[in-house]
Amino acid sequence: MKTLVEEILKSTAVPEEAKYSARDFQSDQDVRWCPGCGDYSVLAQTQRVMPDLGIPRHKMAFISGIGCSSRFPYYMNTYGFHGIHGRATAIASGLKMARPDLSVWVVTGDGDGMSIGGNHLIHLLRRNIDINVLLFNNQIYGLTKGQYSPTSEMGKITKSTPYGSLDYPFNPVSLALGSSATFVARSLDRDPKHMQSVIKRAAGHKGTSFVEIYQNCNVFNDGAFFRFTEKETKDDSVVFLEHGQPLIFGKEKDKGIRLNGFSPEIVSLKDGTYSVNDLLVHNEKDTTLSFILADMTYKPHLPRPVGIFLAIDRPVYEQEMEHQIAFAKEKRGEGDMAKLLNSGDTWVVQ
Amino acid sequence: MAEKRVESLDEVTIRFAGDSGDGMQLTGTQFTNTTAILGNDLSTLPDYPAEIRAPAGTLFGVSGFQIHFGSTEINTPGDQCDVLVAMNAAALKVNIGSLVDGGTIIVNTDGFSDKNLKLAGYEQNPLRDGSLDKYRVHEVDISKLTALALQDLNISSKLVDRSKNFFALGMMYWIYNRPLEQTIGWIRGKFGNKPDIMEANLRVLKAGWNFSETTEIFSVRYEVGPAKLAPGRYRNITGNQALAWGLMAAAKKAKLDLFLGSYPITPASDVLHELSIYKSYGVKTFQAEDEIAGICSALGASFGGALGVTTTSGPGVALKSEAIGLAVMVELPLIICNIQRGGPSTGLPTKTEQADLLQAIYGRNGEAPVPVIAAATPSDCFDATFEAVRIALKYMTPVMVLSDGYLGNGSEPWLIPDYSKLPDISPTFRTNPDGFFPYSRDDATLARPWAIPGTPGLEHRIGGLEKQHITGNVNYEAENHDKMVHLRAEKIERIANDIPLATVEGNPEGDLLVVGWGGTYGAIKTAVVRQREQGHSVSHLHLRYLNPMPKNVGEILYKFKRILVPEINLGQLVKILRSKYLVPAVGFNKVRGLPFKSVEIEREIEEILKGKK
Repeated sequence: MKTLVEEILKSTAVPEEAKYSARDFQSDQDVRWCPGCGDYSVLAQTQRVMPDLGIPRHKMAFISGIGCSSRFPYYMNTYGFHGIHGRATAIASGLKMARPDLSVWVVTGDGDGMSIGGNHLIHLLRRNIDINVLLFNNQIYGLTKGQYSPTSEMGKITKSTPYGSLDYPFNPVSLALGSSATFVARSLDRDPKHMQSVIKRAAGHKGTSFVEIYQNCNVFNDGAFFRFTEKETKDDSVVFLEHGQPLIFGKEKDKGIRLNGFSPEIVSLKDGTYSVNDLLVHNEKDTTLSFILADMTYKPHLPRPVGIFLAIDRPVYEQEMEHQIAFAKEKRGEGDMAKLLNSGDTWVVQ
Repeated sequence: MAEKRVESLDEVTIRFAGDSGDGMQLTGTQFTNTTAILGNDLSTLPDYPAEIRAPAGTLFGVSGFQIHFGSTEINTPGDQCDVLVAMNAAALKVNIGSLVDGGTIIVNTDGFSDKNLKLAGYEQNPLRDGSLDKYRVHEVDISKLTALALQDLNISSKLVDRSKNFFALGMMYWIYNRPLEQTIGWIRGKFGNKPDIMEANLRVLKAGWNFSETTEIFSVRYEVGPAKLAPGRYRNITGNQALAWGLMAAAKKAKLDLFLGSYPITPASDVLHELSIYKSYGVKTFQAEDEIAGICSALGASFGGALGVTTTSGPGVALKSEAIGLAVMVELPLIICNIQRGGPSTGLPTKTEQADLLQAIYGRNGEAPVPVIAAATPSDCFDATFEAVRIALKYMTPVMVLSDGYLGNGSEPWLIPDYSKLPDISPTFRTNPDGFFPYSRDDATLARPWAIPGTPGLEHRIGGLEKQHITGNVNYEAENHDKMVHLRAEKIERIANDIPLATVEGNPEGDLLVVGWGGTYGAIKTAVVRQREQGHSVSHLHLRYLNPMPKNVGEILYKFKRILVPEINLGQLVKILRSKYLVPAVGFNKVRGLPFKSVEIEREIEEILKGKK
């Protein structure tokens, strides 16, 4: 028996995939982030990438929790669900399990995703449900007006920590890898091209994809990532990870990362001691390497790694769920409620 | 061998008691299933500790299973037991208080060693000191007899010890003249791939039977004839199984996939276990990382066009409260099943209580009305849940189903419904983009359209922020909020037009109306019927719909001089009735983690009728 959902989807199926532009993904709602907020860029890059995915917009759902980033779904002309604080990943998980045919996205922040919603996030990642998570990391609580977040640096002076915060920050990439995520990436709000390419890869990944996006909160934490995003410092402070490529960075492309034992170190490509052949070559299929690269994040003497840390295949949760159902139906036949009610030990009263 | 006498009984209550590792729940369940097949009416009360394997022989490790069965109508698991099977001294000590004077005790003498007596806190052996003189005591060394029956099998002494419950079961089958076939079939099915255990259990079961047949200890056998139940096909069913099947049947009728997001919690886990079997019915079960993820995943599934369900107990509902409010705001169908247990906090996980009524109706931030439906008996969990689904889908609302530990684990014979004749449930998905607004409403039900992702042209956003009437856009205006708060309330109130009127059992007017809800049904009914038989003017109103209530509840209440509301809480329904209908209803409240005894309610009725209260 077909379910109502199957009937509806069949009857409303669009014969040809419509051709979309970025504008088609803009909803009729006014965008209400603070002027200058990094969120605008993420929204723009996402809307720009969507037409290239080959997925009709009515097949997409953006799910969010609470926080500045979580207003995102209102601005996407797709299906959207603005949930409650920290629970977007759980809502999205249910939606994707019920409807594997949909392209499901979660938009969350460092507070929503890693503080109140940390539990759901790690479980989503280990389950590997095919959901794309965009985590906007601005290292501050914006919507509640400026308290420190689980990614704020230690000693952060905020309204709730006038003497400085005592918490050691999460590194979202390490947390995701530690949760056995299968796709883990980092991008920058001020690098549109890079972000577009990462979002595209995330969309194509089968399983949960986790993308941390450094996002500037120009009101409460302005410049938190400028070292990594601004022209003057970016080249010497960021190393871009590219699969199969050696880790080279610097304005003159004259510095590289080499492994000394398990520890990455900076080497000069100018003084003749080391050549490109000595450098660490990125391999996004290598889980061990991904941990080493992620661990560079808070080492002040090392450049900040940005790009795709890991992209591996593992069985996808909701597909396995469908397989179990198909297997059970094949083995036992389609469930018959009337039969079930009368199954087992029964007796008749005349 | 002397010919044994056979006596006929109308009804009897047996309690099996032993260590929590002794398999008393299994023994009780087997006795129940066999008894059900014989056509007796019955009601059961599993009563077990929260500890899985408490230290052997201790008082707090005692696990009990009570079954009340008869050839008459049975509505409760029995106020007191007529027969107590005690596998050790602690089991005797804990349960002797619930045995009727002159009742029968069957003890496993091996469970009365000095160590057992000490653990149970007996200074002297109760089997020797005359303290049991008012009972008929049958001493049987069950452990030794079990070991003898298995002596030529090369199995561990641990396994031998684990089989002794089947000896007790075999004895009880003989005494109450029940066939072994049902249990033999069960043992074969359960242990088919463990031949040692299968053989041991089969042997011990038969040994218990044969011992009883041969020994002089039991001189009488009892006959309990079939009950005069309505004609039709029956099965025995527990509340949790009925609840699971009610969900499945409703989803199937509605042509929706059933999605359960749940986190294990006593006493609701069996619903998760049960539903996880039925993959071939398209049921998706998801053991979430916590209670919140359980409900949020279910709500996400409902957004996608499935029937989202979450099952839990009181502490879980507390955690889910925010998400229930979200479901109220986004107006999606969702079923929340609360199998209530003793609270507050962790409370009494394995004991029953009905202290979550106010939580169910009011326990959320903001004005967040939710329909609440309570099951009255184990099999009624099927109907209550089915009805909850109907309402959730028709009115696009979360619905709370209240069951409790007693109903969930308890069982009774169930007249199997004709699936084809169950009420029609026909939800519709919006497909037409012309004039679509996510928060436009049906004129009659005030339900908003269900527009599922994947439908072209209906792309829209929902969420927990206040919605603008019709458009569903985020809106903070004062007048709009006031309107929406009223609309959401009215939508739930209008359900009262769509549910049956409440009916009184007994005369529609009189001296006293006893009002109950949920699992107290059997105890109240028994008490009220007995009081009426004694010529008193007492009637019974049992409420299935607690929010909204049927439209005639006030009318019914006003026709009685006094109103008594027995509840296993400190007076929750009585509070609502008093505030809603301005009636001087009084409560009768005991919160012991156990169902009411009907005799307690009877006494309370007598006191009120005598004007003492």
